[in-house]
Amino acid sequence: MYTQALNTAETDDRGLEDAGKAAQFQARIDAEERIEPNDWMPAAYRKTLTRQISQHAHSEIVGMLPEGNWITRAPTLRRKAALLAKVQDECGHGLYLYAAAETLGSSREELVDAMLAGKAKYSSIFNYPTLTWADIGTIGWLVDGAAIMNQIPLCRCSYGPYARAMIRVCKEESFHQRQGYEIMVTLCRGSDEQKAMAQDALNRWWWPVLMMFGPPDATSQHSDTSTKWKIKRFSNDELRQKFVDATVPQAQYLGLTIPDPGMTQDAAGHWRYSEIDWTEFKQVLAGNGPCNRDRMAARRKAHDEGAWVREAAAAYAAKRAQRQTAQAAE
Amino acid sequence: MAAANIQVSETPLVLYALRRADDALILGHRLSEWCGHAPMLEEDMALSNIALDLIGQARELYSYAAKAEGRDNDEDKLAYLRDVRQYRNLLLVEQPNGDFAQTLVRQLFYSAFADLYWRAMMTSRDATLAAIAAKSEKESAYHLRHASEWIIRLGDGTDESHARAQAAIDQLWAFTGEMFVVDDGERALIHAGIAIDPGTLRGRWLTTLSDVVKEATLTLPQNDWMQQGGRAGRHSEHLGHLLSELQSMQRTFPGQTW
Repeated sequence: MYTQALNTAETDDRGLEDAGKAAQFQARIDAEERIEPNDWMPAAYRKTLTRQISQHAHSEIVGMLPEGNWITRAPTLRRKAALLAKVQDECGHGLYLYAAAETLGSSREELVDAMLAGKAKYSSIFNYPTLTWADIGTIGWLVDGAAIMNQIPLCRCSYGPYARAMIRVCKEESFHQRQGYEIMVTLCRGSDEQKAMAQDALNRWWWPVLMMFGPPDATSQHSDTSTKWKIKRFSNDELRQKFVDATVPQAQYLGLTIPDPGMTQDAAGHWRYSEIDWTEFKQVLAGNGPCNRDRMAARRKAHDEGAWVREAAAAYAAKRAQRQTAQAAE
Repeated sequence: MAAANIQVSETPLVLYALRRADDALILGHRLSEWCGHAPMLEEDMALSNIALDLIGQARELYSYAAKAEGRDNDEDKLAYLRDVRQYRNLLLVEQPNGDFAQTLVRQLFYSAFADLYWRAMMTSRDATLAAIAAKSEKESAYHLRHASEWIIRLGDGTDESHARAQAAIDQLWAFTGEMFVVDDGERALIHAGIAIDPGTLRGRWLTTLSDVVKEATLTLPQNDWMQQGGRAGRHSEHLGHLLSELQSMQRTFPGQTW
């Protein structure tokens, strides 16, 4: 899964830092070298990446909830196992990403606490509900499809640990995307009821998925810095267009209708979509999506109810270390 | 129009496979309920992993039951179109997750048994069951290690975790006896070398368990009254709710391909 808001780099603060180091740093970026955890980096680069990677991690973890909603109701044992494995993969992505973020100097606990306190964002897409089984197919097809569009360029991100994490994540996402599409193919070859379920899911998810790429380029701020640092390689609108162009033929193959009557194909072959409702996007980011409160409540509940378990594990580890020290001293 | 229950011809071999399949599915389903809600991400991963192993075992056992029955049932019909009275799992595995201690105690009780059971079943004269046993034994060994390590951490962790772990042991103990009981049909399979007698494993099961519980500074109950009925379809109230969720799609949209 994925977080948007890639284009929110911190203001470049190199003026305040060692100009020589900053120039060297930029030269390494320009030469497509990877920046590693122990290398010097501008404070704003560190801060931007910490935020981006941790938001990405939070998105993976919150993203487990809408799909997890169907694990206990998957329609066949094969689908149940595949969905459970998929949601487990998302958790794994969250773990690698927290680990990647930790290489920049913040602990997983701090980052998670910021999310639970509502101070850190996660992708807006997970604030929409999964109402039918077709939503599981649609999420795999479109949400993971959009994630792949966003994340493939991140495999070449200038920060080494993030880039490497993305390589593995992208492999798994691409598997998820095919799995989701295969659910859609099955539904669209099925009964009228199943086909209607697939169309209904596409109708509900299409616009929120387009919003995943973030605000239009005309209104984005700070994109330049992220681009200069080679954290971001394509603009929001470029990625969104690439996604739409790849997806329209897939919908046609399924016999489904994209819920955008104004969509047209231009001379260059690009599918031009209608105006996106950015008011909805802003409202969802502000906490007013259909499921924001439920998602946060579920994460806080898991965190709070698990506190005694984490405390027990820590207490046991401390006792064990103490015993080992005592034994060694004997 | 809801989908009706299927009928299953429960020959001793079919029933044998169904019982083990139901154990694995119901416990796998219970564990899958944790996914996204566990106390730490590592446990979301681990509990999902164990659930996946168990669902995998269930699928093989259902397929074998369907083949042994030789009618037109398959893994999904067996899982999704039998009602609570037709389910044959142990009462232990349908018990609710409760808190993390209850989930892990349930797992310890079951995995300590399953590990021994599948290892012994590797010598079954039935080649399919021996193959399923060989795979399941490897998985159960890991499940047992995971559960044992957690029970030791919880028992010897904080006062709260100790109390919760002890309460879970006390709560679930009465459901362990059923694992070792066989009926006449199963006894015939044991005589034929197809199944093994679980009663012969009880001593070793208790030793494994006692070692873990002792290291965890916990105790096993003295109470030896055991609940039974799951193998014959007499379940706790919990199973019906689990099945209504598990089966909701197949019951609502009968006969469709997913």
